[in-house]
Parts: sequence; C-alpha cells; structure tokens
Amino acid sequence: MASESESGAAFSPRNFLASRTRWHALEIVFWLSTLLPFVLVPDYLQLASQIAIAALFAISLDLILGFAGIVSIGHAAYFGLGAYTAGIVSKYGVSEPVLLLVLAAIVSGTLGYVSSFIISRFRHLALIMITLGICLMLYEVANLTSWLTGGADGLQGIKIGPLLGTFKFDLYGKTAYAYALVVLFLCFLVCRRLIHSPFGLSLRGIRENPVRMPAIGAPSDAHIRKIYTIAAVIAGMAGAVLAQTTSTVSLEVLGFQRSADVLVMLILGGAGKLYGGILGSIVYMVARDQFSGINPQYWYFWIGLMMVLVVMYLPNGLLGGLEKLTRRWRGKS
Amino acid sequence: MLGSMAGILFDGFAYGMLLFLLSVGLSVTLGMMNFINLSHASFGMLGGYVTVTLMQQLGWPFLATLPAAFVISALVGMVMERFMFRRMYRATDLDQTLLTIGVVFMSIAGAAYIWGTVQQPVVMPDYLSGSFLVGGVNIARYRLFLIVVALVITLLMIGGLEWTRFGAQIRAAVDNQRMARGLGLDVDRTFSLTFSLGSGLAGLGGALAIAMVGLDPGFAFAYLIYVLIVVSVGGLASIWGSFVAASLLGICDMAGKYYVPQLGSFLIYLMMVGILMWRPVGLFGKR
Repeated sequence: MASESESGAAFSPRNFLASRTRWHALEIVFWLSTLLPFVLVPDYLQLASQIAIAALFAISLDLILGFAGIVSIGHAAYFGLGAYTAGIVSKYGVSEPVLLLVLAAIVSGTLGYVSSFIISRFRHLALIMITLGICLMLYEVANLTSWLTGGADGLQGIKIGPLLGTFKFDLYGKTAYAYALVVLFLCFLVCRRLIHSPFGLSLRGIRENPVRMPAIGAPSDAHIRKIYTIAAVIAGMAGAVLAQTTSTVSLEVLGFQRSADVLVMLILGGAGKLYGGILGSIVYMVARDQFSGINPQYWYFWIGLMMVLVVMYLPNGLLGGLEKLTRRWRGKS
Repeated sequence: MLGSMAGILFDGFAYGMLLFLLSVGLSVTLGMMNFINLSHASFGMLGGYVTVTLMQQLGWPFLATLPAAFVISALVGMVMERFMFRRMYRATDLDQTLLTIGVVFMSIAGAAYIWGTVQQPVVMPDYLSGSFLVGGVNIARYRLFLIVVALVITLLMIGGLEWTRFGAQIRAAVDNQRMARGLGLDVDRTFSLTFSLGSGLAGLGGALAIAMVGLDPGFAFAYLIYVLIVVSVGGLASIWGSFVAASLLGICDMAGKYYVPQLGSFLIYLMMVGILMWRPVGLFGKR
C-alpha cells in the first residue's frame, strides 16, 4: 500500500485519503471471522462479548492516545460513568438496551466535553495526573453516594429488557456477543471514517507537534476537545454494554486497574492504528482467561513482563511487529 | 477545641512527613531526571519488606534495618537502571509510563509470591511506641520520630544538592547532558548513582511508613497515587516543594477525615486537580 500512494503523478491529498479508506481484503476477512465464535466456540460467547467490549474501550482510548497523543491513565472515568448510567436508569423502568446505550453515551459525552476544556490545556505530567485525578474523583463520588450506586457492594436491582423488545440476554451470551459485536462494528466504522478524514490527519499533526499545527490553520485545542468528547462517548457506550450484558456494575468499572488494563491492551496491540486495540484486547483477554485459570494471583506478573518487553522490543505493538515482518518478507521475495 | 485542632495539625503534619519520606526519592528520579517513574512505590514496598524480613527472620533491631532497606533498594534500583531504565530516558512519556507500570505489576505479583498476600506484622521497639502529652496534645513517639527523620533528610538533600561536588554534578547532568559530557562528566555514572539514590530513599521511606500504614502487596499501587500527587503538586525537581506539598496534603487529609469524614479522599483529589489547573508545573516547579 505504501508504494501505491507514493508513486508519483496521482498523488494528492484527496487521493491519499481515498486510498486509505479503501477496504483491504484482510480487514474483510477479519470482520467475517468475528462471527466464527458463534459456531466454533459457543461455550465461550460470554468471553467473546467481554473481548468485544474491551476492544471498543481500547478503540476509544486509541482515538485520544494513538492519534492525538493525549496520554490518559484515567480513561475508566467515562467507561464507568456509562456503566453506572445504564445500570441506574434501568432501575427506574427504562429497560430497552438501545435507549440505555444512547443515554449512557450522552452522559459520558457530556462529562468528556466538560473535562476536555481542562485536558486540552495541559501536557506531560500535569496531563497524566489530571486524567488520573478526574477518574479518582469519580470513583470517590460513586463510593460515597451509596444510596444511588450501592457503593462498595455494587449496584443492586439492574433490570435489562430484551434487545429491541425481542432478543433476550441468555445464559450462553449469544445475544450479548451479537449485541456487543454490532456496537463495536458500528463504532469502528465511525472511527475509521474519522481518522481517514482531514480532521483525522490534523489530529496526527497535533500528536507530532501541537504548537505548530495552529500555524497551518488547525486549531489544536478545538480539535483535542472534539476528539476527547468522541472518545468519551465511545467509552461510555462500552461501559453501558458491559453493564447490560453482565447485569452488574461495581466500583471496579471506575478503578485505576481498568484504566491500566485498557492501556496495556492498546499498547500491546499497537497504538495509532484502530486494529491495534482490537488485536491487543483479544490477546490480553484470552491470555487472562487462560493464565488466571492456572494461577490467578500471579497473572499480573506476566502482564507486567509483557508490558516491559513490548515497550522495550516492540515499540509499535504486536501489529507494528507484524507489519515489519511482512515488509521484510516482501522485500526478500 | 483548640487542643483537638493542635492534635490534628500534629497528626496531619506527621502523616505529611510520611508522604514526604515516601516521595522524596521520586522528586529525584521523576523531578530531576525527568523520568516518569511509576514504579517508585514498588521500591518503597521493597524497603518495607526488607525491614520486616530482617526483623522477623534475623531478629535485627528496627533502627538497624533502616540502612539495610536503603542500601538494598538502592542496589536493586541501580541494577534496573542499568538494564532497563537507562535505555528509556529519551523515550516518550507514554513508553516510560507503560514500562514502569509493567514493573509495578511484576513487583506486586512478586511480593505476593515471596511474602504472600497477608498484611505483614510490624512490631515497633518500646522506645518508639506509646505517646506522651504536651500541653493537652497527644504526641505519639513514632510520629515525632518520623518528623525528625523527615526534617533531617530534607536538610541533607537540599544541602547535598546545593553544596557538594556530587550535587553539582547531578544538577549539571540533569540541566544539560551534552554540555556536562563535554566538560568531561561521566553522565551515565551520575545518572546511575542518582537513580539509585532515588530508589534508596524510596526504600527508606517504605521501611519507615509500614509501621503506620501497614504492608501488603497492594502497597505499590495504593501509595503510588499519593507520591505522584505530592511530587506533581510540589513541583518537579524541588525537594522543598515536595516538603510543602506533603505537609499540606497530610494536614488537609487529616483535617478532612476529622471534620468532614463523609468526603473521604475526595478532598485530596480535588485539591490536586485544582492546584495543577492553577499551576501546571506545581507549586514550586520551574519548568
């Protein structure tokens, strides 16, 4: 693909973007293969839906971290807010999952929009600490308002109705996986369109140099606010889907651990390319499922080791490593 | 009323000094060397475990274990700097964040593997436990001891950085690496020593803290957040800033828990975000 876009006369910004938006055969194969769990591993559909949710959350983080270069170690704030919104509203009689999803997206998006005014002003350590601080504050609020959220005991009495009035969430997770997969795919389409637009390109410019971008007419702060809000919306939807498919919401959805986990998934797969987050969450969740079966206590040792090795030897994640391998292989043959 | 206020001030200040002892090493590694070192509290945890192990298994007196906690943490820090962190000084914020979070995960699982997940019992010697009354204020001996140690370390650090040859070398290497190299300084060696100084201080802080806050493998995460708050609020590279920020946080936390217990830790987080929004470089930061 690289040689295609570099070869001479036809090169223009429009053609460049168009060449990027074209669907690669591998992508189509990948999305078709996400349907395989229905037939191949019907016992693991719950896990598959968890993976789809994690992938959605990772994509949301990728938008701000991979593309706009905003390092956040408190992204669970929006995930948790979405989960709590869906859970709490469902207690008061609204049980249609799609409606709850939209509500959660709106609430998370609002918080994202408000906090984006703070986020866009800072960089480096202050930024990392403020993202963490916002998440910690939400955690404390959820912990303290136990009349609303159930506090440390978790939210009680969530009632999720059948999807679109017809499909019930069953024990095997068939509906859950289908639902999570559809939400993931739709959000993915939006993000894919977004990052291959001029807006997406200017985000990458901001990542490389936030000071220089305004000079060529791309207001860094406004762009960061937009993408941060979008990312919050998607994270909120991921949280809502988790609340609906598992019918549980606990404080853990806002915890530092969750922010760290999604960061690991994204980096493991490769930041700055949408598929990185998806691949990372598949590898991470499957590995966790397998390892924690053997010895749950020491699972974090292997995760830690994996992170250290990825940072030191695979700077662009698994996907970056794969790309490098294929390029080398093509170069030789 | 006045007595209880003085009591809160004293307890809060002592708690602040505990936070200061835990975080002063971080204002060296993160602050001066500009390396986002989230594994700092893991070194603190290591120091804590060294003290507990020496006291229980070998029957060392508490005070004698403190230098050991410092030395062992410093050595581990030096080895890790040599093989891991040194290669990451020029990496992005993100890579440093991830690498060190990875180390935190490994340290937590490692501690659980070696020492188990239970709280470690810490028994203080008689001369450090108990308390006495001064003008109606209850002064716990151990808290007084913490305050004294923290003051001594503050003076040593500020004095050492300002007036010793090694302090000057550190400042030169941190300020302008190329220039320092050009003048014939062995920057790699200076950085290695500085990093192990930071890790050693973390170990010492951890060894001193466990008597008040307990020790289990969750320590590395629980106190990571506090030390990060202290250093970012105080301002990078400023020992004095950390000192002020730690006392402020300690007193506010104590007062908050006493007067408005329903707010819990919310107050501290709010304060951090507020101060950082007002001064992104921290209270005493320069960059």
